[in-house]
Amino acid sequence: MAEHQHAHVEHPDMYDPESSKIGMWLFIFTELLLFGGLFIVYSVYRYMNPDAFHLAAEELNTFIGAFNTVILLVSSMTIAMSTTALQKGHKKVAIALVVITFIIGIGFLVNKYFEWGIKFSHGIWPGSEQMLNEMSQGEILFFGLYFVMTGLHALHIIVGLIIMGFAIKGVANGKVNAKRPSLLDNCGLYWHLVDLIWIFLFPLFYLIH
Amino acid sequence: MHTTNAVNGANYLTYQGKYKGLLGWIFSTDHKRIGLLYLYSIATMFATGVLLGLAMKFELLAPGKTIMDAQTYNATFTVHGVIMIFMVVVPGLPAVFGNLMLPIMIGAKDVAFPKLNLLSWWLYVTGVVLVLCALLFGSGTPDTGWTFYAPYSFKSGTNLLPAIFGAFVLGFSSILTGLNFLVTIHRLRCPGMKWSKLPLFVWTLYGTAWIQLLATPVVGITLVLVALERVFGVGIFDPALGGDPVLYQHLFWIYSHPAVYIMILPAMGAISEIIPTFSQKHIFGYKAIIASTMAIAFVGYLVWGHHMFTAGMSGTAQYYFSLLTFIVAIPSAIKVFNWISTMYKGSINIQTPFYWAVSFIFVFMVGGLSGLVLGALATDIYVHDTAFVVAHFHYIVFGGTGFAFFAAMHYWFPKIFGRMYDKAWANIGWLVFFIGFLALYSPMFYLGMMGMPRRYYDYLEEFHGGNILSTLGSWVLVTGFIIIVVNLVRSARKGAPAEVNPWHSKTLEWTVPSPPPVLNFDKEPVLGEKDGPYNYE
Repeated sequence: MAEHQHAHVEHPDMYDPESSKIGMWLFIFTELLLFGGLFIVYSVYRYMNPDAFHLAAEELNTFIGAFNTVILLVSSMTIAMSTTALQKGHKKVAIALVVITFIIGIGFLVNKYFEWGIKFSHGIWPGSEQMLNEMSQGEILFFGLYFVMTGLHALHIIVGLIIMGFAIKGVANGKVNAKRPSLLDNCGLYWHLVDLIWIFLFPLFYLIH
Repeated sequence: MHTTNAVNGANYLTYQGKYKGLLGWIFSTDHKRIGLLYLYSIATMFATGVLLGLAMKFELLAPGKTIMDAQTYNATFTVHGVIMIFMVVVPGLPAVFGNLMLPIMIGAKDVAFPKLNLLSWWLYVTGVVLVLCALLFGSGTPDTGWTFYAPYSFKSGTNLLPAIFGAFVLGFSSILTGLNFLVTIHRLRCPGMKWSKLPLFVWTLYGTAWIQLLATPVVGITLVLVALERVFGVGIFDPALGGDPVLYQHLFWIYSHPAVYIMILPAMGAISEIIPTFSQKHIFGYKAIIASTMAIAFVGYLVWGHHMFTAGMSGTAQYYFSLLTFIVAIPSAIKVFNWISTMYKGSINIQTPFYWAVSFIFVFMVGGLSGLVLGALATDIYVHDTAFVVAHFHYIVFGGTGFAFFAAMHYWFPKIFGRMYDKAWANIGWLVFFIGFLALYSPMFYLGMMGMPRRYYDYLEEFHGGNILSTLGSWVLVTGFIIIVVNLVRSARKGAPAEVNPWHSKTLEWTVPSPPPVLNFDKEPVLGEKDGPYNYE
């Protein structure tokens, strides 16, 4: 027994695409529950302050919100296409599609930057004097939740972009390929999650009046 | 199969990998080494928590100021709670014995994601360091209690941010462990290891992993909100800005009640391994134990409101939460009946793990039944926030999880270290610990019923007698703890070499050498039709 162990004592390659996929889905459940907590908070306060939430929502620019929704949906499509391209062995197409997704993600953040910038220039940020002196409690809660939830979502976009960077590198040097696609697959799943959460955030803050 | 032991061969303890010495441990992705890393770090934190508890008990030896003032006492119970909950009992059995034994019990070489497993431990250490930063630096030790209740958690001038962030990181570590175990159990069972043949410890880890995965993110986001509240004054839980502190309590307990099932389910699993082994009999009601495990995991989600009966809640909600609390007690009781029935007509082999398991059943029943006093609306109003709650909680979490941890430690010790401990000293340690435990916590039931509130450094003269007994108990308990630790540490180094299967158990981990080789099995095990975790003829 003893001499046998020395022969292949290094851990074997335990790669199993199915395990990676299950693992990623389980992680997505945790993300959904993370935002789920915030959705509960939002619904409780909306129920308690319907008028203030209505009033505060008018401040948001529906056009930028809708534009961001559209480009994020497109980016979900491009990353899904890159997964398919990798399966078919079209390495360069796969890389190009992830790069497009990456650029759209940056575009989303740029829009978000201007949106937040406009709020700041109007004196609206958590704890600002403008908010504390001139707004009702319901409006303070609305903007508090707006900054927390879109901010946390933007953080997820940034994480998604970082994972995309690794996926691009992996596909380029061949470590991620049609036989070992997990990194790109999981990157895609994560990006869909980020997209999905935005699909809920958009109507909650911009559309419901 | 039955080679005596492998102390001289390459086992996971002596194996020389890429790194030498300490680095070979803290960068190892071997599930057994990670399990031991967890054991040593959790044991260190447990000892720290015990010292703080000892200090609190000493303060309560006499009314008025004994050794510390009110603020220090508040900080002490806060840190004691944070350490014991987030660093000891929540990771406790899954991170230590789950890591050490789960892959071997299902016939696998390792967990599904070994690197992620190592990351979990590193996150654990990061969380510990962050919380310690809160203690050592900044504007004072946190004094909110381990529950971080709003609005005090963002009004308190103490250095809370690192503690909150530390708790968040510890939660992340717990999530990753749960995720890893779920995938491992789904994907890496050896041929023939059907779901109906999984050892019960594995089943309870499975149920626990789902709770870790689905409940922890809720407290994660809640802690993030409190941190944002402290830094930016967002207003979400601040009544001055329209926020609702009771909503904080809901979100907190949506995690923290299921968390007590994270603590107790694997404990029940370990007991379900030990009782049939030392009764040499098939576990009674294998399927009932699985069903009750999953029932506890599910119903445990829906009872959080019973922590808040006095916090302001509609009558209807109170009725539901109370009813569900009674319902969740049923599967726990089913398990107790199963353990007792397993012993019936078994050929009982009385050894140290069995002593721990039987005393577990006793303290768990006392803890569980006193929980019903708290789950009933009328009596809860009376004993809420008294020493009664503290007694109940420690009977369940310390008496339940703690005793099961020691039971598991004495059960799997020969497999983990390849050496046997001194049984006589182990039994003495158990007896002293058990007596100390009863003396420490039993008086608190009485004190609580008499109206002594919890979380005060002072009390009325009439409570003096009970508190003296309780403090004396804490000294006895610590004596027992020292005996146990000295015996185990000594035996791990100098004990007699252990057999492959000293307890004549039937689960897979007892078919490999003690300590196990690096890849657990030379040849992938295959379970035949007749094989099973409890098939004693």
